[in-house]
Amino acid sequence: MRNNDAGDNEGRAKKGAITRRSVMKAAAIGAGAAIGSGAVSGFPTIWAQNIKDVTLVHIGGSYACIKEIGDQAGKDLGFKIEMQVVDPSTQLSRALTQPKSFDINNIDNSSVVYLVGKNVLKPIPVKDYKLWDKTVPIFTTGKFPDGRPIPTQGLSPIKTGFWTGPDAKKLADKPTDFLTMIPSLFNADTLGIRPDLVGGRDKVTSWGDLISPKYHGKAALVDYAPVGIIDAAMALEATGQVTYVDKGNMTKAEIDKTVKAMEDLKKSGHFRSFWSNFDQSVNLMASGEVVIQSMWSPAVTAVRSRGIDCYFAPLKEGYRGWSNGIAPMAHLSGLREDCAMEYLNWYNSGWQGGFIAKQGYYTPVPETARNFMTADEWNYWYEGKPAAVDIKDPYGNLMEKKGAVRDGGSLWEREGHVAVWNTVMDEDRYLTRRWNDFVSS
Amino acid sequence: MKIRPALISWLQAGPLAAILILFFGIPVLVVVVVSFFDFDHSDIVPTFILDNYQDIFTSEVTWRLYLSSLKFAAIVWAITLVLGFTLANYLVFHIRSLLLKIGLFLLCSVPFWTSTIIRMISWIPFLGRNGLFNTMLIDAHIIDKPLDFLLFSDFAVVVAYVHLFTLFMMVPIFNSMARIDARLIEAAKDAGASRWTILREIVLPLCKSGIALGSIFVVTQVMGDFFVVKVMSGGQSASVVSALQNEIAALQYPPAAASAVVLVIVVMMMVAGILRVVDVRKELAS
Repeated sequence: MRNNDAGDNEGRAKKGAITRRSVMKAAAIGAGAAIGSGAVSGFPTIWAQNIKDVTLVHIGGSYACIKEIGDQAGKDLGFKIEMQVVDPSTQLSRALTQPKSFDINNIDNSSVVYLVGKNVLKPIPVKDYKLWDKTVPIFTTGKFPDGRPIPTQGLSPIKTGFWTGPDAKKLADKPTDFLTMIPSLFNADTLGIRPDLVGGRDKVTSWGDLISPKYHGKAALVDYAPVGIIDAAMALEATGQVTYVDKGNMTKAEIDKTVKAMEDLKKSGHFRSFWSNFDQSVNLMASGEVVIQSMWSPAVTAVRSRGIDCYFAPLKEGYRGWSNGIAPMAHLSGLREDCAMEYLNWYNSGWQGGFIAKQGYYTPVPETARNFMTADEWNYWYEGKPAAVDIKDPYGNLMEKKGAVRDGGSLWEREGHVAVWNTVMDEDRYLTRRWNDFVSS
Repeated sequence: MKIRPALISWLQAGPLAAILILFFGIPVLVVVVVSFFDFDHSDIVPTFILDNYQDIFTSEVTWRLYLSSLKFAAIVWAITLVLGFTLANYLVFHIRSLLLKIGLFLLCSVPFWTSTIIRMISWIPFLGRNGLFNTMLIDAHIIDKPLDFLLFSDFAVVVAYVHLFTLFMMVPIFNSMARIDARLIEAAKDAGASRWTILREIVLPLCKSGIALGSIFVVTQVMGDFFVVKVMSGGQSASVVSALQNEIAALQYPPAAASAVVLVIVVMMMVAGILRVVDVRKELAS
């Protein structure tokens, strides 16, 4: 049907004396203007128009903002999605200083805090998002499927997921009718270990092992204050050295105690290194410089794909949970806004979920993703069952051999044990300063 | 029509001045202005406060960072100077064939065909705990336990700096040396001067401008670096700029701007110091 529209345009253009291309453009602009002015109304007007010329720019981190996903969306929806990979601080400063330079903001849910009251995000009415009912309850009601409430330490998806109203001025901290973003992926992080160098998978069972003298000179920590401080706090709390009211939102005194303890460890030579990007964390582990460290799940996989055993150890204190979402930017209007909403609805309709599942991430709408995975893949990634066949990544490379079991088990065995969420603290400014003290000490 | 000479001078200087003001003057001015602003989570609040500077000068970290950066600058400067001078001296005075001279000079620049990052990172597998060097020493039974200080240490940082910056020291010195009149050296020889005397009394003084320029390149690069320190020390050491970069990553632009202003002043003072010792302009003009 869309192709027919394009054909019509061409036919009309040929009759005129002017060149075909210029008329096509004029026609498209005219159509856009008509929608923008409200002259045409009623769903699904979007399909009646020539949307081929629409390009939405989607920006985010490399782990989520993937070209293949944009290409597939383009195929399914008829307009273009341009994926731009940027680092988090560039992304945030672009959102604040050049909010019109892109259309879809793919961010960690904790980053929403920086964008509150800045009029850069467009609130998403729940009624326009078709997959809300199928979304896992940690995002919709703040509960695990078994009914337990999700932990409140750090910025849970509920704390950052909703605006108080359509004006998008304040976060609601409870479910409302206006979403800050469509949740797009989530996961639970823990420590990565080298089972061959620590003496077995069962040797590391607590976050406290990160600072255990057993691994003196062989531990590493991520050099990124908001996450590094949480990993450190999990370890210090586990060993009883520091107690916290809320690890996800520390007081100045708690930050001081944490940084002091970490400085002492650093001075004693406990840490072999601090890493600031994905590759460093992979190389530290793969080379054996480090045997226990903060890690992202795909980095664990990357070490393993080199034939070196690496384990994302489930620990008794639980996981550090995090989630990602996509939010349309406030400047979108008319046809482009309609396209953005179509894109948001497409995003969790399964293809994307199936793709990222094979990288070890969960989609907030698993039941749609299931249609885009084989039963064996589903069983391995979501159910925590032994792989019935070799497990491949989205690009067809071997990830795990037949018989392997996912570290930590099924979706809810892992995600159900989140203890704290990724966060931006109220004392963010103080934390940055103290983290600098720690790094330079 | 006759154009007044003064106007001609203005017209000649005008384009460069305009470019400098637009792309250097204004950005620096903006940084200076922002350094007096206040901020919260993600906003810059235009007001006038001295807190950013107060934080810098009262913080013990600042002094530690500057001390550490200055220490690296001094060590790296000394090593690259000796290496750069020796290499240049060899190329200019000891290689007779011009072709060979050019060939060897090009050889020195070969590492620069790859990016800085690759040149630096290639040290990691070499110096690591299970790296080439440690394996070699262990296999040769010189040590029985890997040397940990080789990587993720100040030692590793200095190695990488020296590797990266020696050429910046060597090229200006080479340039100065190549312009020394060979007859001068011959005359000195005829007058009975030893090699060492020639080096001290003729070559060194005539290379002063090259040494000064090379020193400026090396010192400013070390002072402005954060990446080498971060990667090679494994985040164990920090530099002035790495602290600044952490602030930018946390969107704390005003304190970052203040740090930048202080750093620019410090580096400018260092450059001014070097230029005071050597009048580069006079040397270049001769």
